[in-house]
Parts: sequence; structure tokens; C-alpha cells
Amino acid sequence: MNQQQSNLYRFLVGLGDDAVVLSHRLSEWCSNGPYLEEDIALSNIALDYIGRARMFYQYAVEVEGKGRTEDDIAYLRTEREYTNLLIHELPINDFAFTMVRQFFVDVFYCEYLEKLSQSNDERIAAIAAKAVKESRYHLKRSEPWIRQLSEGTDESRRRIQAALVELENFVGELFIMSDWEKELVAEGVAVDREVLQSGWDKYVQAFLAQSEINFPDSQLQIRGGRDGIHTEHLGHMLSEMQYMQRAYPGLQW
Amino acid sequence: MSQEHLAVYEVFIRSSRGLDHKHVGSLHAESPEHALMYARDCYIRRSEGVSIWVVESKNITASQEGDIENFVDPMDDKPYRHATHYELPDSVNNM
Amino acid sequence: MQTVDDAEQQVEFDRKIAEEQKIEPTDWMPDDYRKNLVRQMSQHAHSEVIGMQPEGNWITRAPTLRRKAVLLAKVQDEAGHGLYLYSATETLGTSRSEMIEALQTRKAKYASIFNYPTLTWADVGAIGWLVDGAAIVNQISLQRTSYGPYSRAMIRICKEESFHQRQGYEIMYSLAKGSPEQKQMAQDAMNRFWWPSLMMFGPHDSDSAHSGRSMKWKIKRQSNDDLRQKFIDQTVPQIEVLGLEMPDPEIKWNEERGHYDSGEIDWEEFYQVINGSGPCNHQRLKHHINAHEKGEWVREAVRAYRVKQQEKSAENAA
Repeated sequence: MNQQQSNLYRFLVGLGDDAVVLSHRLSEWCSNGPYLEEDIALSNIALDYIGRARMFYQYAVEVEGKGRTEDDIAYLRTEREYTNLLIHELPINDFAFTMVRQFFVDVFYCEYLEKLSQSNDERIAAIAAKAVKESRYHLKRSEPWIRQLSEGTDESRRRIQAALVELENFVGELFIMSDWEKELVAEGVAVDREVLQSGWDKYVQAFLAQSEINFPDSQLQIRGGRDGIHTEHLGHMLSEMQYMQRAYPGLQW
Repeated sequence: MSQEHLAVYEVFIRSSRGLDHKHVGSLHAESPEHALMYARDCYIRRSEGVSIWVVESKNITASQEGDIENFVDPMDDKPYRHATHYELPDSVNNM
Repeated sequence: MQTVDDAEQQVEFDRKIAEEQKIEPTDWMPDDYRKNLVRQMSQHAHSEVIGMQPEGNWITRAPTLRRKAVLLAKVQDEAGHGLYLYSATETLGTSRSEMIEALQTRKAKYASIFNYPTLTWADVGAIGWLVDGAAIVNQISLQRTSYGPYSRAMIRICKEESFHQRQGYEIMYSLAKGSPEQKQMAQDAMNRFWWPSLMMFGPHDSDSAHSGRSMKWKIKRQSNDDLRQKFIDQTVPQIEVLGLEMPDPEIKWNEERGHYDSGEIDWEEFYQVINGSGPCNHQRLKHHINAHEKGEWVREAVRAYRVKQQEKSAENAA
């Protein structure tokens, strides 16, 4: 791979990692939802993200050109090689936490993927165009959830606020760009995430203000995901997720 | 018995453009908007529809079996409402 | 207005059953018919919902992204089927929360197959193939059940269910044609799930407590033993295609009957598991209760929000 291809590969794997890790978390709700309808709805979102991960990985291995598969990427890399943004890997905690995270990433993806669908890389543009529709639907669901839980009972409001406190440190990373990604922006392939931050802040603050919930801003930043520096949670997730491929190397399933 | 937290909604799906909405079942939801979204997730996972109606079950007024004979039977003596009631010359086909 | 007494209603009901007409929710029906339906349908719904757990046990460990997506979609379908069935049962005047309470207090049962553990990835294949396969045989028959909403739910479920069995068999096929280790895994899973799958059809007709009446009312359309035989007949050739050893040494084609003969089920085990002493009975219920309790504050918040909204719109209207 030349430099440009190697940047592109890195970019695609990062987006795939974001999706695969969040889909894994969402899938943990299956049979654990607050009621059946919500259980089914959360599984649908998880499926959307698995689909996204596969599309990004499949393209990544084509760019790499070594004959690897999407599963090699997902199942045979260590946590230091995983490059997802950290917010995606945090455990599901309670339903409030899951929905606040979802709301945060939904707002982000609606903007980000919209822009990414204009990428001059047609393949990326097509994936983003498909995914943005999913995210718009996800946001349509997560918003009323945040509102209901914020205004429902004292307990639900308290849980929403606790989730906000825990998550706010992980939002900033969504908007941090590294040099190699900036090169891709200059080439018209990627999207500058930095410029999305103020819009994200405004949108989220205004939405939460309707329920009289204060969210200061997304300036606090715990970072490292794209460089493979994770929370402690990812290693455990991967040891579970990769168990079969690690225990029985090289087999077809 | 614990209290029901959610309302029951009946779900109607139009399977393709040009067809009627058809009743497919029900679900529980907190609002009509949610009912619509849950209907999407629960009843058209395989793209079975192009349009969804939801209505809270309690808002449906249904005929009772006992009423039906009074509703339906008086209709049975009006054969002139049906096309087959009329005899036309054989030379006129397909009217 | 003319009132019709119960005896006349009963005659009308019997006539509908005899003429293969469906019974619909607002129709008069004998109390026992209603009770029997609620019992069978809610048990069926609970089976779908509890049935999410054994396969759900492998969602986070599925070996490939495709398998993971398929499995999640499949387990999600089970939730959907539970929903269709709860929804159909609610038309009989029993609320979902009543049904859930009956499940959690062990007044209602669910298919005892789900009280067996899924120990390896091959178990996911075996469940899709054998357990869903057995369920489909039963459900195809139930599409003709006399209660309209149940019949319609079954038709919808059968349409979706065929992918379940095929994905299970596909897993088994990949394993059976894979490495010796994988083949062994497939053999082991089939051996463990074979007998419990046969038990899914219930006791022998001669020992079945509810069968007689259910058949008379056309809630059930074919007997336990007939359905079980049908399942065995269709599954044995599939085992041969996999190239696995028969899970029961007594399986043999009987030319005279035109069916496969097979060994006797361990009925002691059957009753033990049904009566709550299977390997996972406690675990399954506990999981369900935990999830339900963990969701209580969510449902409570939803209700509180709804009440507040209604008050607001009432104020605005005033």
C-alpha cells in the first residue's frame, strides 16, 4: 500500500471498529430490554451497525489487497490494534446510559454521515448514504426516549443525569482529527470532524434544555481510541467476541 | 396483577402501494409515535409494508356477534345490489 | 332484543367448529375453550421469549460477523414471535402483564427444551435445525387451529421460521464438513438436542392431559405422536446428508409402516424438566425476572411521562 492507501485503510478500519464495537454492546440488550418491543427495536439498531461494520471492513480488505477477510479484521486483532472511538466501547450500564450514548452518537452520525455521503470516494459515499438513513431513524427513537426519561420520574431523571456525567468526557473524542485523517480530508475522501463540534454542542444543549437538563459542553476529552489506547472494557469485550476464532484458529464456520 | 404501563395499539400494514391497510396484530407502546416505530421494528422487519397505521385498541368500536344478525341479515334480501341479479342478452359480454 | 341462552350459544359454537369456521375474539365461546387457549397460547408465547436465552448465550461469541448478524436477527425474531402470540392471547381478555406474572410465578409453563444449556457453538446450529424444525412441524399444523388470531399468528410465524431452520442446518453442515474437531462438535450437539427435541411434541397421546379436548375443539389439529413421527421421518435423511452418526441406535426404516422406528424417550427426564428440575430452569426464569425488574423504572418513567402529557393536554384544552 502507498501512503494514501494506507491512510484509507486505516480510516475504513476505524469506522468499522466504531460500528462493530457499538453493535456488540447493543446486542447485549437482546433478551434484557425493559419490554419486548424495545428489545426488538434495540436488536434492529445493533443489526444496522453490524451491517455498517461489514461494509467498511470489506472495503478495507480490498484496499489492503492481501486477501484477508472482514472476519480477519474483526476477530484477529488485539485491543491495541482496535481503533474505535472510545464512546462506542463503554459497557451498556443501565437503559438510561445506553440511550444517552445512542442519542449522542445519533446526533453525531446524522451530521457526519450526511457529509461523508459527499465523499469523492464513491464506495464510501454509498456506505454513508445508506447508513445515514439508519441513523436518522435511530435519532428519531433516541430523542423521545431522552425526553421521556428526563421528564418521567425522579429516578429516571437522576439516571439520565448520571449517564450524562459519565459520558460527557467521551464526547470530545468524536471531533478530534489526526494528521493522516486530515490528509484524507484534503483529498476529499474523509470529513473534517472538528468543524462538527459546535453544531453538535448546540443541538444537544438545545434539546436537553427543553427538559431543563444542563449539558455544559463537549470540551472535556478522554482520547486515544484511534491510536489503540482504550478503556479497560474493550479487552474483555474482545476476549468474548474473539473466543471462537482464537480457540479454533483458521477454521471456517 | 401489576398495572399496565403502556397502551395497546392495533397495527395495520399496507403491504404495497395500491392495496388496503390490513390488520396484522397489536403491540404495546407509550405513545402513537412510539407505536408507529415499534410497528416498523416488530411487523415489517422483512420489508412487509410501505405504510403503517396504528390506533389505540380502546378507540376501536367493534360490532358484536349478537349484533351481526341484525346488521347483516337484512342485507341478504337485496339481491338487486349484485351484478348477477340482472339478465342481459348473451351478445353483451363482460358488462 | 332477543337474548340467547348459553345452550343455544354452545350449539352455534359447535356448529362453527364442525364447519371449520374460525372462532373470533368477540364470539361467544365456552369458558373452558377460552381457558385452554390462554394456557396453550401463553405457553407458546413464553416459549418464544424464554427461547431467546439459550441462543442469545452465543450472540456475543458468534464466530463470524455474518453468523453474528444472522443469530441476532434470529433471536430477535423469537422476540417478535413472542410478541405476536402475546398479542393474539390478549384478544382473549388476558393482559400481557398477567401472562408475564404467571410465567414468573411458575403458574405458566414454557417448552422445556429451553431448560437445556447451549455449551458450544454447534448447539446454536442444533437448536435452529432440530428445535426450530420440531417447532415448525407443530406450528404448520397449528395454522389450521380454530381460533382466528392464533391461526393468523401461526401463519405469520411459519413464514418467518423457515429461515431459522435453514440457518441452523447451514451451521451444522459447515461443521460436519469441517475439521474433525468441528465434526465432533456437531455430533455432540445433535446427540444432546435430539431427545429433548422429540420431547417437544409432548407426552404420548395416551398420556396427554389436554390433548383430547384440544383436538375436539380443533385447537390442536394433529396428535403429539403423529407430529413426532413426522419430525423423525423428515429429520433422519437430513442426518444422513450431514454424515453424522444417528443419535439413537434404534432408528431404522420400517417398510411396513412407511415410517422410521425409533427408541423410547426417557419420560422420567421429560417430567423432571417440565416440573422445574432441568439444568437451566432456575437460570432461565431468573434471567427473565432480572430483566423485567431492571426494566421496571423504565416502564414506570414511561407511564409517568404519559400521565404528565395527558394532564398537560387536558389543561390546554380547558
